[in-house]
Parts: sequence; C-alpha cells; structure tokens
Amino acid sequence: MDEVKEQMVSLPRIGEPAPDFKAVTTHGVLKLEDFKGSWLILFSHPADFTPVCTTEFMAFAEIYAELRKRGVELLGLSVDSVSSHIAWTRNVEEKMGVKIPFPIIADLDKEVSLAYGMIHPSESKTETVRCVFVIDPTQIIRTILYYPLTTGRNMDEIIRIVDALQTTDAHHVATPANWRPGDKVIVPAPNTQEMAEERLKEEYECKDWYLCLKKV
Amino acid sequence: MGCISPDGKPTESGRKMLAALQKGMRSPEDIVREAGLPLFRVRSGLRDIVGAGLAEQKGESYDITTKGLELL
Repeated sequence: MDEVKEQMVSLPRIGEPAPDFKAVTTHGVLKLEDFKGSWLILFSHPADFTPVCTTEFMAFAEIYAELRKRGVELLGLSVDSVSSHIAWTRNVEEKMGVKIPFPIIADLDKEVSLAYGMIHPSESKTETVRCVFVIDPTQIIRTILYYPLTTGRNMDEIIRIVDALQTTDAHHVATPANWRPGDKVIVPAPNTQEMAEERLKEEYECKDWYLCLKKV
Repeated sequence: MGCISPDGKPTESGRKMLAALQKGMRSPEDIVREAGLPLFRVRSGLRDIVGAGLAEQKGESYDITTKGLELL
C-alpha cells in the first residue's frame, strides 16, 4: 500500500522535468543527463522472454534508424537483470534475426519504474506496464503513453508524436487529429479579441476565428 | 562498465573513444563525430575511461593518459 501511495505522489506529468536517474543498462551505467541535447524515448516493458514484448522490441529496433534521423534515442526498461536482457536480446537476434541496438535498463530495485509511475499495481504488482515517455532535449517530459500488458504499442504513432512535437517546437503551432508531416497545422488560438480579428486578415485557412490552419 | 571489460581492457567502443582522444579530439561532441558513437554512449563511456585511469578530464576537455595509450 505504501508503495502504491509513493508511486502516485511521484507520478511525472507532461511539462515537468523528467525524474533524474542513474541506472545499470545493457550499455553500461547511464544517467538521464547523458541524453541531454537529444530527444529520448524511455519505454518500459513487462518482462523479457515474453511474446508481446518481443514483438515490440523488434518493432522498436525497426524504427530506430528513423528515430535517430530525428535526433531521438531509445532507452528500454524492465525489472529484469542485465543478464536476462542480454540473454533475451541475443535470443531475439538468433531466432528472429533482429539486433536490438539500444540500451535497456535493468531496474531490479524498481527505482526508475517507481519514479516514472511505470508500475500499476492493479495491472501487475511485479511488472511494469507498457509506458512511453517522450523527453525533449532539455529533459522535459512532452508525452506520456500507457498501454496495458496485453496490448503492443503502435510504432507509427510514436514516430508521429515525435514529428508533431518537433513541428510544434519549430513553428509554434499545434497539430490536428490524425496529423501527418506535410498536412496543414493549427495556428494557436488567439488570446484576445484583437488577435482574433487580426488573424482573419492573415492568409490562413480559417474555419472560424478559433480554428485556423496553415502550411509549414 | 560499458566500455571497459572486467579485465580492465577497453571494449571496441572504448577503443574507438581512446583512438579519438589520441587523434586530438577533446570534447564529447568531437569524439562523437570521430568515433561514430551516440552522444550518450560517449558521455557514459568517458566516465568509465576516466574512472579506469585511461583518460583524464580537465573541465569540459578530455585527454588520453599513458595508461590509455598502452591499451590502445
């Protein structure tokens, strides 16, 4: 019960600094600050040598090059040991032909899992659920996704989120539902009546004063 | 340690970083360009290399030590 209470208190939120960590990984000891200057996708999986996680790791490995092009690093996590991670990733390479190129945290003491609210006791008291934290180069949390143990994540959506966040940062805009790179973006809603009137004179595609689109 | 084996010898990534230092690269960013490793690997690897006495850190700058040169 105490563990649950602590987890709820420390649950990180979008817009807040990512909780600091120093963790043993398959690539040695890594600190959050090692990723400063890069986007980081920190994601948890329930356990090594499990079927859904294996498909997800292969899928993450497949999008790794696309993410690197966007300046994004990947960092996995589960409460398994480094030896287990190494054995599992070697097995994935031998049996499935997919090399896992990114590090995986061995969070045996659950220090990182609890700091990031990755253990949801009603789902599992011993395993992390499928979380995705998108952390920007200044180490602010920009997106949080949670999936249950039974549902594998959608890699297209993860890339889409990165594209949307990077577009937002570059152009100070928002992105509409189902947005894809190349689609029109949303001009932020006006804060004053004057701004609302002025924007109707701009060359935006306005449905009304509060919903204007433009190309970037 | 990520780039130092339990026997104290640098791994392949460790050797790449030491080679970059030997060539005169001094900052993590320069080592990234020379060694072709991700920045996070270089930052964590430099901690290991300095900890093992194969390089020394002066502020933001790194240099290979005699011990590091011997292991290259």
